[in-house]
Amino acid sequence: MLEMKGVNSAYGRAHILYDLSLSANRGEVVVLLGRNGAGKSTTLKTLIGLVPPLSGEISFDGRRIERLEPYQIARLGLGYVPEERRIFTDLSVMENLEVGKQAPRADAPRWTPEKLFRLFPNLAGMRERPGAHMSGGEQQMLTIARTLMGNPRAILLDEPSEGLAPVIVEQMAKTILELKQEGLCVLLSEQNLHFANLVADRAYIIEKGHIRYEGSMAALAANEQIRATYLSI
Amino acid sequence: MSLSAQFIQLLNGLASASSLFLVAAGLSLIFGVTRIVNFAHGSLYMLGIYTAYSLVNVFGGGMLGFWGGVLCAGIVVGLFGAIVERLLLRRLYHAPELLQLLATFALVLIVRDFALWIWGPEDLLGPRAPGLGGAVAIAGREFPQYDLFLIALGPVVLLLLWLLLTRTRWGTLVRAATEDREMAGALGVNQAWLFTSVFALGAFLAGLGGAVQIPREPAVLTMDLTILSDVFVVVVVGGMGSIPGAFLAAVLIGVIKAFCIGIGNVSLLGIDFSFSKLTLVIEFIVMAVVLVFRPWGLLGRQQGIPRGAAAVEPPLHLPSRGMFMALVAALALLALLPLVSDRYTLVLLTDILVFALFAVSLHFIMGPAGMHSFGHAAYFGLGAYAAALLLKHAVPMELALALAPLGGGIAALLFGWFCVRLSGVYLAMLTLAFAQIAWSVVYQWDAFTGGSNGLVGIWPAPWLSSGNAFYYLTLVLCAAAILLLWRIVYTPFGYALRAGRDSPLRADAIGIDVRRQQWLGFALAGVFAGLAGALHAFSKGSISPDTLAIPRSVDGLVMVLMGGIQTLTGAVAGAAVFTWLQDVITRQTEFWRAVLGGIILLLVLAFPQGIAGFIRERWEARAGKNRA
Repeated sequence: MLEMKGVNSAYGRAHILYDLSLSANRGEVVVLLGRNGAGKSTTLKTLIGLVPPLSGEISFDGRRIERLEPYQIARLGLGYVPEERRIFTDLSVMENLEVGKQAPRADAPRWTPEKLFRLFPNLAGMRERPGAHMSGGEQQMLTIARTLMGNPRAILLDEPSEGLAPVIVEQMAKTILELKQEGLCVLLSEQNLHFANLVADRAYIIEKGHIRYEGSMAALAANEQIRATYLSI
Repeated sequence: MSLSAQFIQLLNGLASASSLFLVAAGLSLIFGVTRIVNFAHGSLYMLGIYTAYSLVNVFGGGMLGFWGGVLCAGIVVGLFGAIVERLLLRRLYHAPELLQLLATFALVLIVRDFALWIWGPEDLLGPRAPGLGGAVAIAGREFPQYDLFLIALGPVVLLLLWLLLTRTRWGTLVRAATEDREMAGALGVNQAWLFTSVFALGAFLAGLGGAVQIPREPAVLTMDLTILSDVFVVVVVGGMGSIPGAFLAAVLIGVIKAFCIGIGNVSLLGIDFSFSKLTLVIEFIVMAVVLVFRPWGLLGRQQGIPRGAAAVEPPLHLPSRGMFMALVAALALLALLPLVSDRYTLVLLTDILVFALFAVSLHFIMGPAGMHSFGHAAYFGLGAYAAALLLKHAVPMELALALAPLGGGIAALLFGWFCVRLSGVYLAMLTLAFAQIAWSVVYQWDAFTGGSNGLVGIWPAPWLSSGNAFYYLTLVLCAAAILLLWRIVYTPFGYALRAGRDSPLRADAIGIDVRRQQWLGFALAGVFAGLAGALHAFSKGSISPDTLAIPRSVDGLVMVLMGGIQTLTGAVAGAAVFTWLQDVITRQTEFWRAVLGGIILLLVLAFPQGIAGFIRERWEARAGKNRA
């Protein structure tokens, strides 16, 4: 459903991604693992069009998207949840959801604020609260809920467990599995191997902008040496 | 003043505040979403008042004709704004912020000449509003009915804007994009469409703000810059991007101004003081005071660096050997030129040298120090006036020239102390405010500065007046000063300035007193601008308040930006091209502004990195190819 082939990306003169190829399918949770600065966030930003690739192909649902603007990609049904919780702090919870709203799609789950409040019960009690007055965990949930309002067919999650309390991390894992149940394609970046183990079917390991490993999550869990080489600190 | 007179002044102030608020709200909206400081906003206001004048003439002065004409004028200007956004600004959203500023300034020039071409140079006063032409008795005095309508208009527009921004999906998207436009885009919000609509609404408000003024004040060609500085003040005092703030500030400034006119001349402890003369500067004094105590305006909040727009300045390279050779060759050429060129060319070259130094001193604080000054002409002009006044007080010319730069330096030291406390747009506006204050003092102090007539008979000493002597003096002083400023960029002081520009926090953390360094940098730039001003005064033999007026500051900005802010040599190239172009075009056509504006637009669109930046890029590309 989502595929990158030989993609190179750069910020100005700093070359970040080298001939990157990866794919993710409908109803599958794929995790992109790697240390700080490995290029995980850049990969997701390249997919959503925030960092236009220098070369290579990106396709989503059979359509080439590497030359499209972020808003055009988002309107095709690719949702993006940034790291560092970029909610609109001047806007209330309901208004944040309004910004993410798109028309329903025939082949994707349909989200309404009420349905999202069932998925994220904490948000239900603070509909009119401005984003600035929410805790980190609440903000993280709001960023995901906001993206789901676009009724995406696939969703990119940039380090969803970062900086969250353990209890919230568990809840986040449960949410991601529910999204998978709904038939979404989920691609997430992570540093937290434990969290990845909870949710992912397949894994890629990225280091210095190159893909170093590709395989099922179970195989990775069994491969002590790969983990030691690319993931341990 | 009696109580009833005070009440009438209050109403007068409120009436003039309404129009000011409409225009300011438009500017604030546009800035909030697009981050463009729209210099052409005053021009949109001017177009509004002229268009309304014509439309009301065509439609007839009846009830429908008048109000229809006023409303249509707003719509016409709104459409014009949308076209400008789509054809011009859209191409510049990825260009550096200051380049967008330059483009909107080019629009100011073009719109000014467009108005001159269509409506001519005479002032045009519109008809009275039908049904509101009379006066009502308030507190025993006659008060125009139309002004009562204006008083009501401001709050009504404020309410409508508030509803639009908080109760509609469009408003929610606008507020989201104001905060983080990149994120809004990644959620599927089409920014291009949003920007066009915001620009159209802002332009409509500016046009309407102008149109409703037709029964009150005549349409004048210079009103674009006059209203622009008023509106800048309102927006900054209220807080950039805050609509209620703009309303509050418009009311505050409108009322204070009206009271200054109302009080008139008073005698305090035997000293006569004219409050009505204060009206020229009072708003700038209010702004300076507000910014010192509330750096983000009355209702504004600290502006983060807008996401997705963080362009990191590339490091400055040491000039190459080839660059040095080119520099030496250029200096040699300039030294030999008087042997072959005529008088006229030498005068033009002297101007170019003086403005090159002026532009380099501005570049010094804008480029390496990252402080964008909209009022650099103040230091140029005060240097010029210092030279002239010293000469008038029997100081020998040579000594006057040597001391004059301190005039610019001391002013920069004083104003800079306030300015370095701010950053970004707020800093730029404060520099503008100080320049306007300096101008207004010079303009009004007839006894000392000669007021609007300026000072004449400021000629260099006899030994410098003969032949090419003054040209050589200018060449030597300007070249030396420019080289010294360039050298300073590569001293530890220069590194500290650049560190402070790139990351004030990190610079602070490694022990650099960023504010102090910026303050010194600001004062130093003032000294060199003062030197340029003094040389200018002696080369012309006379000076007028125009030397330090806002258009001169804008000239400096255009020079620096035309040359390219990331290059050292750019300011010189920009000054040379700008001064030469201005000279050539003003001799060819009455519509020189439009031609100049058109050329600036072409340059901006063709070379977004500036002239020198463009040449360097080409050069590097060629060098790269040769190496490969």
